Amino acid sequence: MNSRFDLSRRDVLKAGSAMVVAFSLVGASRSSAGEDPVAKPVDLDQVDSFLSIDDKGAVTLFTGKVDLGTGIRIGLQQIVAEELDVPLAVMSTVEGDTALTPDQGPTYGSQSIQIAGATIRQAAATARSALLDQAAQRLAAAKTDLTVADGLVSAPDGRRVSYAELIGGKSFSLKLDPLAAPKNPSLYKVVGKPIPRRDIPEKLTGRFTYVHDFRRPGMLHGSVIRPPALGADLETVDENSVKNIPGYLRIVRDGNFLGVVTETEWAAVRVARELKTTWSKSATLPEQDRLWDHVRATRVIKDDVTSNVGDSEGALAKAKTRISATYDFAMHTHGSIGPSCAISEFKDGKLTCWTASQATHNLRKQLALMLSLPLESVRCIYVEGAGCYGRNGHEDAAADSALLAQVAGRPVRVQWSRADEHGWDPKGAPTLIDLKAGFDERGNITVWQSDFFIPQGAAGNVDLIAATLSGKPRDNLISPGGITGDSAIPYQFPNVKTVCRRLETTPLRPSWIRTPGRMQNTFGNECFVDELAAALKEDPLEFRLKHIDATDRRGRELLERLRDIAAWKQGPAHSKPRASGILTSSILKGRGISYVKYELVRTYVGIVADVEVDIGLGDVRVTKVFVVHDCGQIINPNGVRAQIEGSVIQTVSRVLKEEVMFDRGMVTSLDWATYPILRFPELPELVIDLIDRPTEKPWGAGEPSAAVVPSAISNAIYDASGARLRSVPFKRAKVKAALQSI
Amino acid sequence: MSRNAIAGPASGDGQALMSVRNIALGCVIALLVLAAGLWWVWRPAIAALPEHSAVLADRKNIAHGADLATVGNCADCHTVSGRPLFSGGRPLPTPFGTIYGSNLTPDRTTGIGAWSEEAFKRAMREGVDRKGRQLYPAFPYDHFTFATDDDIRSIYDFLMSRPAVENQVPANQLPFPFNIRLMVAGWKLLFLHQDPLHPEPTQSEEWNRGRYLVEGLGHCGSCHTPRNMLGAEKRGQRYAGGVADNWRAPPLDASLVKRHRWTVDHLTEYLSTGWDRDHGVAAGPMADVVKNLGQVSQDEVHAIATYVVSLSDGAEQPTLPSADKPIADAGSIVAVYDGACARCHNSGRGVGPSNALSLTLSTAVQGPNSANAVRAIMYGIQDYRTHGGPYMPAFDRILTDEQIAALTRYVRTRYSDQPEWTDVEAEVAKARHEGSSP
Amino acid sequence: MKIALNVNGRVQEVDVGDPSTPLLYVLRNELGLHGPRFGCGLGQCGACMVHIDGEPTFSCVLPVIALGSRKVTTLEGLLVDGKPGKLQQAFIDEEAAQCGYCISGMVMRAQSLLDAKPHPTDEEIRNHMATNLCRCGTHIAIMRAIRRAATA
Repeated sequence: MNSRFDLSRRDVLKAGSAMVVAFSLVGASRSSAGEDPVAKPVDLDQVDSFLSIDDKGAVTLFTGKVDLGTGIRIGLQQIVAEELDVPLAVMSTVEGDTALTPDQGPTYGSQSIQIAGATIRQAAATARSALLDQAAQRLAAAKTDLTVADGLVSAPDGRRVSYAELIGGKSFSLKLDPLAAPKNPSLYKVVGKPIPRRDIPEKLTGRFTYVHDFRRPGMLHGSVIRPPALGADLETVDENSVKNIPGYLRIVRDGNFLGVVTETEWAAVRVARELKTTWSKSATLPEQDRLWDHVRATRVIKDDVTSNVGDSEGALAKAKTRISATYDFAMHTHGSIGPSCAISEFKDGKLTCWTASQATHNLRKQLALMLSLPLESVRCIYVEGAGCYGRNGHEDAAADSALLAQVAGRPVRVQWSRADEHGWDPKGAPTLIDLKAGFDERGNITVWQSDFFIPQGAAGNVDLIAATLSGKPRDNLISPGGITGDSAIPYQFPNVKTVCRRLETTPLRPSWIRTPGRMQNTFGNECFVDELAAALKEDPLEFRLKHIDATDRRGRELLERLRDIAAWKQGPAHSKPRASGILTSSILKGRGISYVKYELVRTYVGIVADVEVDIGLGDVRVTKVFVVHDCGQIINPNGVRAQIEGSVIQTVSRVLKEEVMFDRGMVTSLDWATYPILRFPELPELVIDLIDRPTEKPWGAGEPSAAVVPSAISNAIYDASGARLRSVPFKRAKVKAALQSI
Repeated sequence: MSRNAIAGPASGDGQALMSVRNIALGCVIALLVLAAGLWWVWRPAIAALPEHSAVLADRKNIAHGADLATVGNCADCHTVSGRPLFSGGRPLPTPFGTIYGSNLTPDRTTGIGAWSEEAFKRAMREGVDRKGRQLYPAFPYDHFTFATDDDIRSIYDFLMSRPAVENQVPANQLPFPFNIRLMVAGWKLLFLHQDPLHPEPTQSEEWNRGRYLVEGLGHCGSCHTPRNMLGAEKRGQRYAGGVADNWRAPPLDASLVKRHRWTVDHLTEYLSTGWDRDHGVAAGPMADVVKNLGQVSQDEVHAIATYVVSLSDGAEQPTLPSADKPIADAGSIVAVYDGACARCHNSGRGVGPSNALSLTLSTAVQGPNSANAVRAIMYGIQDYRTHGGPYMPAFDRILTDEQIAALTRYVRTRYSDQPEWTDVEAEVAKARHEGSSP
Repeated sequence: MKIALNVNGRVQEVDVGDPSTPLLYVLRNELGLHGPRFGCGLGQCGACMVHIDGEPTFSCVLPVIALGSRKVTTLEGLLVDGKPGKLQQAFIDEEAAQCGYCISGMVMRAQSLLDAKPHPTDEEIRNHMATNLCRCGTHIAIMRAIRRAATA
């Protein structure tokens, strides 16, 4: 292994010191003020792409993964600090700056700790090994006799040398070494500990700089007036209607892209609202009442068979009895509390864009494409925004600001309005699922077959609205996310076939929203599992234990722990006397269970939900939720807990209340009154059991627990009332209809 | 016996004796009348349900009862915001004092837990409680009396299936003589008409269904009909407009349509969503009504709309709404309007955020007094948090009384051709005592 | 035009080009206070909440010209000698923030409850906080933080 440090390379320290932090050394995350970055490696196989140590021993982590409020910043710092044995206090992170960080892919899919964390761990282990090699030479000791604490390497005779002295500001010039052994988990000092996040104090005192707070000298403000209906063409613009608004500067019109540039933020709001425009008529959306007919009638361009065991067609034909059900899941919006915001600045023909995008490296390519600029002329710098839960409007706000800045010749900040965000952010695509199962004469399940009607595409770039409106180059992709995940099931039946029928189109521009596909698919699967158990009058928990892989030790252990923690009483669902229909109370209580092994290969989650169903008014209240969670090695238990709490609460909201409303032209749910989400009075109690396995791989925790919430609630409603809710959201009218149909 | 003796006592003594006798006779007659009156008004107590008895009900009946209770808007008067449904305690201001909605949950001591179905039916039909006491007609049994036996049973089953909530409702604050319940019997004699609603054979089934709902459980006339000095609806002016919680309930008869012509479809849409593109949004007490109507079947709402629109049959054509007249020298109130109101109400697109419409269409702004405009500004439309719905911010904390009054006058001048309101300051001061945003 | 504002205990004069500008923007852009945040501009989410004469208020629908002499307190105004106040510290100790965007409004809203009722019940906290939205699902941690400040 090459342990020589290349002293002729540019000082990484110089590059580091040039990155003066203009606003907060928060957390410590450093966002560049935009000075020309000194070249540093960003290749994925170079240690220098990820780590630098300056001459004072300060350690900087460069990562393409960004903290969206999820806590991975501290988690990744814990990993590095553990491998290097440096105190967390000397660590800082540069995230998502395309000039300075490696492209580790978008921050999504619960992959930051699992995949990026592994890479970073490897880089740190490589660096540590190289540093110890150097130290061994310097201290004339055997490498294996050296110990490290707080960035200080000690030899048995007491002589010491610091990392700062060893490398201080110079490059490692090393490739990541797959043979550099990471630290033994039994020696962990910080990984696995609930280290407090370092950004939270700043957020509580008003000192944190979100992208919304970011300012550039000479900055102007802008907003975009979008069509009243998708596909409408701009006809007339009456500039006189806004000329007298204080701060108004100019209109920017390019095809159907209509923007305004103003001196103040409020002027941008006023002008956008008051500007008189006329547009052509356009009706490209289906009727909301007919959404599922529309989905079913959409052309299927291919089938993705995600599992195929035996001969399901034959088995269905031969089955003694069959049951089938159709499930659907409405479109949801990300609903970021802080609408998207971006600042763009051109200098000498080069664009710098400060953005909260979760995929700055991809955004950079999209902006370069849109503006016909060479890639090197575009730099995207991540500055934290509000939680986005997937690809929301951040990239589009970035494109808006870039177009306006190009015309204005000054930096332009675009702040999306609430209607922009609710109306125009890409949506979680609607999902329609058909499920069938067959039984033999002895009541054994012989076949499970499912069809998922979901749009084509994966987790690639989502077209920028600004490019579409202005007719500029774009990817022309539909990117709903990796939504085939968890269409296959963790249960073993003699014949199983699960097919994703990929639709040519989907209403409204799609993107991934938390637990994409995996939530909808698990909803259909885990409810149908309960339908099978109910048909056989079996206990739902026992049924699952019976049919998961008998050798899946971790899955079985999780289900047993769930039984304990929820005090699950054995027995089939909805078998109580009140199934007779004569009642003394109109509030019925029930509980439901659900289970997932995320994508069949990683994080395990089990959940029990307690609900109350008001059969008079159709209200459903989730009163208590029990979650057992196994994500292998836990880096920071507080972080995992926060993600589980967040996943459960957010998903309870999505399941009970949320659905994008639209008419033939456009989204109509444009504020919190037309798209209500869960509020404090409706909170369930939450009990979480974290299983920590320090000797296992760390798996993701941002999304898996969300996957099991919808089915747990539906199963609980069935247990309480005998009514099956097969359509998310479980709004009152649907609950009442389901109750009446029994 | 001398004639004189039989004829009566001698003059002086005779007259005195006459008076005493008359007085005595008068007293006896008065007592007899009183007794007759008391006998007439007296209602027996109905036996309490046995302890620990549970009302068994069919599930479908409970659901049906819930729908009927929703049409009847029971929860509105019988619930304090934030507290369990039907647990009572909400103050209802009347010209005679404040009455508190009773606890309708099946709690035995503080609610109706001891009430049999018979007792409940008597209350709905005749306005008498289980113990035989007269109920004040703030509880609109003058409408509920038209409900069928089956419907009353369903509502009873529904109410008795709710969780029992112990809540001792405050005593009514009624000054003498209104605190004498027996007086209500006299009121009923004059104003409670219990003849059932017979279907009109010349009208459609849907119209008759609408009439049943509107005149009965819907009790629309309770707000939309003016009342006489004794607080009874004026029979000769049905649906000519009234007052509810100090908000003006506009007329539903021919006098309304001078500005706002409703079709059945428009009204159905408005009643089930709270909003119509040409008329704006339901605010104040009506917001609660439409929220409830949004939960019952469209057929029922369509029937209601059919009947209500028929109340203004033959009315003249509507006049167009007035234009937006920018006012010179309006002062700093323009900046307040621009900052607080224009963002929603003056969209270049016609319909602004939260479906706000131009104020030229607003019933509140066009009305004969400022009651609704003032209250809409102060308290907004705020019952959207749990299930969504129409929305407007509440400006009671944002703006001072002076600013609200100035804004109200500004909006009236700018968006209406009608004469200026003269009651604005008084209305603002009155509205301040009615509540505060959360 | 020049407007005098009483913010966090200091009276400052601000030059506001458009007097209809909502207080939120003046606080953030003219006075550089980043506690209150833009969430909806409609008074629905609470991210913009400040105290006006001690009452929690949506600053996004309050035109600055309507403020007058009323006193404004923002998140920054709850600091004590530049350090987190009791409630802020409780949030920090409970790590009651994920993205943190809603948290300033949450603190301002919760502070008004504790000012009026130092030991509220859970039901009172939940009902009081109904005006404020959180999309990350941090509600349970926020409840813990408010309880912690109440019992401290």
